[in-house]
Amino acid sequence: MTQAIEIRNVEKRFGNVGIIHDLNLSVAQGERHAVIGPNGAGKSTTFNLISGHIAPTSGEIRLNGDLISGLRPFEINRRGLSRSFQVTNVFARMTVWENVRCAVLWATGQRYAFWKNVDDLPEVRQRTAEILDDIHLLHRRDVPAGLLTYAEQRELEIGITIAGGASVIMLDEPTAGMSRAETERAVALIRRLTEGRTLVIVEHDMSVVFGLADRISVLVYGHIIASGTPEEIRNNPKVKEAYLGEEGH
Amino acid sequence: MSDTATSARDLPVPARGQSLRFYGIWVIAAIVLIVLPLLFSSGSSLTSFSLIGIAIIFALSYNILLGQTGLLSFGHAVYYGLGGFAAIHVMNAVTAYDWPIPLPFIPLVGGLGGLCFAAVIGWVMTKRAGTVFAMISLGIGELVASSSLILRSVFGGESGITTDRTALPHMFGWSFGPQIQVYYLIAAWVMISAIAMYALTRTPLGRISNAVRDNPERVEFIGYDPHVVRYLASCFAGLFAGVAGGLTAINFEIANSAYLGAVQSGLVLFATFIGGTSYFFGPILGAILVTYLQLGLTNLTTVWQLYFGIIFIGIVMFAPGGIAGLLMMHRPLVRSGTLGMVIPSYLLALVPTLVLVCGVILGIETIAHYTESQGQGNVIALFGIPFDATAASTWIIAAVMIVGGYAVARITWRRIVDAWDRATTDARDRGHLA
Repeated sequence: MTQAIEIRNVEKRFGNVGIIHDLNLSVAQGERHAVIGPNGAGKSTTFNLISGHIAPTSGEIRLNGDLISGLRPFEINRRGLSRSFQVTNVFARMTVWENVRCAVLWATGQRYAFWKNVDDLPEVRQRTAEILDDIHLLHRRDVPAGLLTYAEQRELEIGITIAGGASVIMLDEPTAGMSRAETERAVALIRRLTEGRTLVIVEHDMSVVFGLADRISVLVYGHIIASGTPEEIRNNPKVKEAYLGEEGH
Repeated sequence: MSDTATSARDLPVPARGQSLRFYGIWVIAAIVLIVLPLLFSSGSSLTSFSLIGIAIIFALSYNILLGQTGLLSFGHAVYYGLGGFAAIHVMNAVTAYDWPIPLPFIPLVGGLGGLCFAAVIGWVMTKRAGTVFAMISLGIGELVASSSLILRSVFGGESGITTDRTALPHMFGWSFGPQIQVYYLIAAWVMISAIAMYALTRTPLGRISNAVRDNPERVEFIGYDPHVVRYLASCFAGLFAGVAGGLTAINFEIANSAYLGAVQSGLVLFATFIGGTSYFFGPILGAILVTYLQLGLTNLTTVWQLYFGIIFIGIVMFAPGGIAGLLMMHRPLVRSGTLGMVIPSYLLALVPTLVLVCGVILGIETIAHYTESQGQGNVIALFGIPFDATAASTWIIAAVMIVGGYAVARITWRRIVDAWDRATTDARDRGHLA
């Protein structure tokens, strides 16, 4: 079976500064994979590289076997990869309903249609309502996204990300800035919504990482120093030295 | 999972419940357009209504860019003007070669002219949004406006190109010679264009345009190319601006380089912004007000552009949502029944604010008159009262009205803010405000 994501020898330089070097990572179909590492290790850059936000300087990235490095974000999205953002990134002046509906449109084949009434598309309406129900925001459907609470915006962010039905979901610090209770809620939500899909997650909260992930990769200075099951990572001396050691244990 | 499906299916269709009210508004608009010339049948009001109708289409087309897609264009008159020239040339060709195209279809030709230019130039223009788009639109505007003076065979130089609208094949026995017939032609196209542009906002493309306006970066991650969205939006904006240009060509029986210029581009931006870009009907209000002011003020005062500037700055600073935004602010208050709490404070503020405004007008007119007339014909008539521009008393009255009016008005404005606080708190308590 082909890997959901396969990164080979990827390098990213900004001018003379190498941010990512010799990056190799593979994520199996249906796997929940967490990427951890200290601040500035290049986790978000890795996300941006995979999702097409920035293009790698060299190396190749494959999604379900297809070469995607160098493609634009919307092309990669259409091939079945969807991502969320570390900083809430929604359509602030549009309602919650319209936010999710926009994310459903391409996946239901509406493309750039200007001859259809958007309120009259049963499949779109159905899917939008299901997603809103899933993220528990159905009762807030007519509120402009900019007026939601922070936790609600984070949930909407996840809703927009999964709405297109992508097979590979990438979440960038989905629980950042959340309280303990909100985090637990969000983790349960993520676990449920990514059922049967491939999940790649960047997270600082170690309890979330070790509770959620099937496999973990540790990124330090733009290079993956270890990849394995939570147990293997916990006992890896290199990881202990480079990363967990820093936390003062 | 079955729970999810049922609750989703139980959802009401958002549009259906309000459909009666929705169609009612369009029917009322159509009736107003039909009845207006019967109530005000003078030649000058017919001319005004015709110009207002054209301005409505033009401003709505501009709002496809500004309000719907978030593109600030400084060269929208290019589509309008080229639509006008396309219409003029086709009208002359129809007359010369006896083509069977009646006059009512000529605005469509204008629209196609605008659309073609947008389709060709738009791809480059819409590559980027924001400042880059604004600058390119400014450059294209200047480019086309200056070429219109150079390419004389196409644009007719400074005098422009004329036509005779009555020489085209007649329809329903109408020659379109009398202004009333031209008015009804314009009114029909206002309805067609407004309905079409409203419908556009309710399509998948229309909603994705809103998403591009709010957050073009995120749009890329839900499968859409913001460049394509911006391009299509500018094509539609060009199409309807061209319709407006075609109607102008019919109305004046002439097209000249002024149609394409920066002044025209500025006016449409002005009308759209004053009306309010966040609501579909905003530009309609703006087009009515600006056209009406433009026609009325030019007869009343030589410095009418100064008033335009003051109004524009006032709206930008104090009501960035425009007139439509100001009106819609009151909707939650109307729904919760707390509007009565703010009305008295409005009435109270009205008197000192009017005094302030009159003082400003008197001041401006006195200064303008004093500097322009060089001592001859010193008397100016304002609000039906004659003032002597050289008399010290006039200057003192103006100063007292401005200073006194402002001092009192400030207090009453604060009362409005207080009343608003109480009214919105009540509205929120009653659950009518998020």
